[in-house]
Amino acid sequence: MPDALPSDSVGLVSPKTIRFDAPLELACGQTLAHYELVVETYGTLNADASNAVLICHALSGHHHAAGFHSLDDRKPGWWDSCIGPGKPIDTNRFYVVSLNNLGGCHGSTGPNSLNPDTGKPYGPDFPVVTVADWVASQARLADHLGIEQWAAVVGGSLGGMQALQWSLDFPDRLRHAVVIASTPRLTAQNIAFNEVARQAITSDPEFHEGRYYDENLVPRRGLMLARMVGHITYLSDASMGEKFGRELREEAYKFGFDAEFQVESYLRYQGERFSEVFDANTYLLMTRALDYFDPAYEFGGDLSKALAPATCEYLVLSFSTDWRFSPARSEEMVNAMISARKRVNYAEIDAPWGHDAFLIPTPRYTDIFTAYMDRVAREAGA
Amino acid sequence: MRADLEIIQQWVQPGDHVLDLGCGDGTLLDFLQKERNATGFGLEINPDHITTCMGKGVRVIEQNLDTQGLDNFDNGMFDIVLMTQALQAVRRPDKVIDEMLRVGREGIVTFPNFAHWRLRWGLTLSGRMPESDALPYKWYNTPNIRLCTFKDFEALCRQKGIRIKSRRVVDGQHQNSWLARAWPNLMGEIAIYRITRETTS
Repeated sequence: MPDALPSDSVGLVSPKTIRFDAPLELACGQTLAHYELVVETYGTLNADASNAVLICHALSGHHHAAGFHSLDDRKPGWWDSCIGPGKPIDTNRFYVVSLNNLGGCHGSTGPNSLNPDTGKPYGPDFPVVTVADWVASQARLADHLGIEQWAAVVGGSLGGMQALQWSLDFPDRLRHAVVIASTPRLTAQNIAFNEVARQAITSDPEFHEGRYYDENLVPRRGLMLARMVGHITYLSDASMGEKFGRELREEAYKFGFDAEFQVESYLRYQGERFSEVFDANTYLLMTRALDYFDPAYEFGGDLSKALAPATCEYLVLSFSTDWRFSPARSEEMVNAMISARKRVNYAEIDAPWGHDAFLIPTPRYTDIFTAYMDRVAREAGA
Repeated sequence: MRADLEIIQQWVQPGDHVLDLGCGDGTLLDFLQKERNATGFGLEINPDHITTCMGKGVRVIEQNLDTQGLDNFDNGMFDIVLMTQALQAVRRPDKVIDEMLRVGREGIVTFPNFAHWRLRWGLTLSGRMPESDALPYKWYNTPNIRLCTFKDFEALCRQKGIRIKSRRVVDGQHQNSWLARAWPNLMGEIAIYRITRETTS
């Protein structure tokens, strides 16, 4: 708990729920008759609504990106390091919008919401949503908030995919897309890791084909394993080595299979905590959205053709030790943007933390992000 | 205004798509964007320069010419490829020049003249590696690993069948001087070359 709110914090914030009654057609062919999105906003929308920034979250993210819900909160929002007064996404200048995506488990309509047709949670009946579906729902959110054009759409990892998709689907509705630690498509290895995570969940006896809510059960074991394997891919060999090495919890080997190494107990702890706060069906859904993302697919794999409609300027950032979405994946994206004659900026940040580096404020990352967003703010007259 | 910016500007047409190799803090591109409405971007590896460019609105891509080359650029995709004061710092200037004229219709190259009289004089008198305003380093820490003279550069162009469209010679402060015009390889400190493989201008 913070004794007092830090001066560079957006302070106490509260989410609000917005209901959308116009049906949303999804890529899978199904339609959501109506849905709700949970949203937090920070800062003030200026008179000409030119200073709005959309934050898109990653796999396990949600609407609570910055600030505190109460003074008792142990931690601030998930991207508090980058959002706040004087921070790269400066809330003194920008109006920041952060939402929980459709299919999420933090209040927006998703598998754990009640299906109006049955009166029971959707569970496995909740449609598999795609990055493009999210972007379409976010565009409706922009309409609702009176935002014709975002100053920037910003996201890391799966969030970066949404920023990229925005630039293709609604080119006139954003001036900048900031795509951090992301990729234009998953590799076979990325999909393989997702499949292990899904198998861990679906093979948990408490999963009940996704209808565990009806049984008052939670497939904790499966979710925990899914998170453990995911977590390994978010860190680098070096950062894990530095944090845990081969350190044991006790002095000697016990010649058994309990968590003897520190790294084992760390992963178990992370997995257990995650299984208490996240929904298994949402995890399946989010990993599938990752797998399916491939804007070049319809263009014979040629990303530069897929980029044709885009008019925004891009900032692409990668991190040297990220092996989940490596710098090479970002460079693929940048090269396609160059080929398509788009306006693009790129930097590879040297950071030891693997994929997680996009959440950790290192000096160079902060400097670049601040310099770029400062320019975005100046253009917006903010 | 710096004389080299003024000279280069004259060779850039309004709206040209420009690539600047080793764009530094983006001064030249910023100038060309404002004065010539040029599009395009710079390549740079210095982290501080990259940040400065991004703050200015000069588009920049982190890319190392020595290790990554220009393989990721399509043939003829730029009107002009610029390289100011960086040719002497790359590992293979000859290959960089080939690549410049593959991806661009025209190249503009500037570099310090190692045959400038003060450098010749310094080497002759002291017997030590020369230093100057344009080359302010020690032999062991200099990034300038491929120094050449104007004559060397022109010989390389001849050998490669590259046409020199224009050459302007200035002093270390990028100022014009009649001495440098009269005896460029002796009195000129920095030359600005405009080169192409195209046969008609």
